[in-house]
Amino acid sequence: MWAFIHKLGSPRWFYGMSAKMQPWFWAAAVLLLVVGSLWGLAFAPADYQQGNSFRIIYVHVPAAFLAQSIFIAMAVSGLVFMVWKIKVADMAATVMAPFGAVMTFVALFSGAVWGVPTWGTWWMWDARLTSMLILLFLYIGVIALRSAFTRRDSGSRAASVLTMVGVINIPIIKYSVDWWYTLHQTASFTLTSRPTMPTQMWLPLVIMLLGFYCFFIAITLMRTRSEILRREASKRWVQELLTDPMLSTATKKAR
Amino acid sequence: MAFTSFSDFLAMGGHAPYVWSAWGVTALLLLASAWHARLEQRQLLRVLRRRARRSKGVRHDA
Amino acid sequence: MIAVKATLLRDLTLLLRRRGEILNPLVFFALVITLFPMAISPDPALLAIIAPGLLWVAALLAALLSLDSLFRSDYDDGSLEQLLLAPHSLAALSLAKVAVHWLLTGLPLALIAPLLGVMLSLPTGSYAVLALSLALGSASLSLIGAIGAALTVGLARGGVLLSLLVLPLTIPVLIFGVGAVQAAIVGSGVAAHLAILGALLAASLMLAPWAIAASLRISING
Repeated sequence: MWAFIHKLGSPRWFYGMSAKMQPWFWAAAVLLLVVGSLWGLAFAPADYQQGNSFRIIYVHVPAAFLAQSIFIAMAVSGLVFMVWKIKVADMAATVMAPFGAVMTFVALFSGAVWGVPTWGTWWMWDARLTSMLILLFLYIGVIALRSAFTRRDSGSRAASVLTMVGVINIPIIKYSVDWWYTLHQTASFTLTSRPTMPTQMWLPLVIMLLGFYCFFIAITLMRTRSEILRREASKRWVQELLTDPMLSTATKKAR
Repeated sequence: MAFTSFSDFLAMGGHAPYVWSAWGVTALLLLASAWHARLEQRQLLRVLRRRARRSKGVRHDA
Repeated sequence: MIAVKATLLRDLTLLLRRRGEILNPLVFFALVITLFPMAISPDPALLAIIAPGLLWVAALLAALLSLDSLFRSDYDDGSLEQLLLAPHSLAALSLAKVAVHWLLTGLPLALIAPLLGVMLSLPTGSYAVLALSLALGSASLSLIGAIGAALTVGLARGGVLLSLLVLPLTIPVLIFGVGAVQAAIVGSGVAAHLAILGALLAASLMLAPWAIAASLRISING
């Protein structure tokens, strides 16, 4: 167990392992996203109430799920980094934050656009949209705090603490915003909560969800590899890797 | 198939601006993220390789 | 325990000597409240509707304004470093500092709020609840805000960043604080709201000191 954790924590081991896993996740992401998109856009039946505008669900819900999951993943990485001093965890948390913010923005944008045919307005202080907006501010806060420190290690630890504080707060924020919304409820129904969804409708949603998650894993692996190279550039194994003629030709061929 | 023709598909039953803008922005941002990650990796490798070659050339004694 | 008491007394005396720093948030609070009738309308009926929200948001911002100086002077003169080296729990010592901050910022804000409520024609019967909810809520704000203050104390321009970090985390307190006052106005039970505010305070009391201590260590040891 301990040996495994330390192996996982070694940037060199992670660099090699992620190189093998990365193509599979990219392939799965592309396949799932293409199939899910075609199915969701062209083959799933139109909603009896919302018509074809409901097809926004296939990008809105996966983005919203991912936005929340990424923050939790960042908090777990931060905890691992703070407790076991595993630097790879912090590198992963560093590269996850901007992508999480992008996904939060996608969820907000698609929700706002969806609001036009549903509510007749671009922005409604709907419980889900409001929580998403707050989540976006939390992401921006973490990114801003990390970059405000001149010493990278201090920034990493500060961002880890803030992420953990944030992740404890997210359920409380969500609960209080839900409560606030029911108190001032103005919209007749929320975007995504519906009693039953036929299989033809939710199956593409599941495929899109899996596709978004695979995409997230793939891009995190890729960017963590870059982050490893950047931070460990002076290490011996990186130098050997960089000057290895085998590797240079291999990448040239790939180009 | 939920649509009878391709133009029907593009029209999205009158909801075209909403469906296509939401999907378009999502696709654009996903592609931009992937493209940025790839660009970042390439540039980094190029810079680091150049630096490694240079330092190897200089430090013969090392 | 003695160390905690000593920190408490030291901070109290230090802050009481600099009265301006205690008065500034209160003046800011009153000033912001003065701006709203001018910006919106002097109509008492309209003001009465928005008064709970205005009072709470203005008090929140006033408390936030004072947070930046919570650890700043101790950081500058090095006494924060001494606190770190002291053989006492840093969490307990930072809790003492937060308690002083609340006593000299949150509590005065809560006490002055009913007066400003009169000026906004806040309906009668909600004044006690306003003060009580602000007193309870501002204690949570001091605790949550102190985490942000501890994280940004080592940064040259931490002020704006501090509000970006802290404001999203204070939303639950704001929602239930305003909810309590609104419930008092319409005459429904306020006990539930105050109980939730109390629960939020209890949770922050348990968790925030550790986060503050960890953040101070990061800011000082680099």
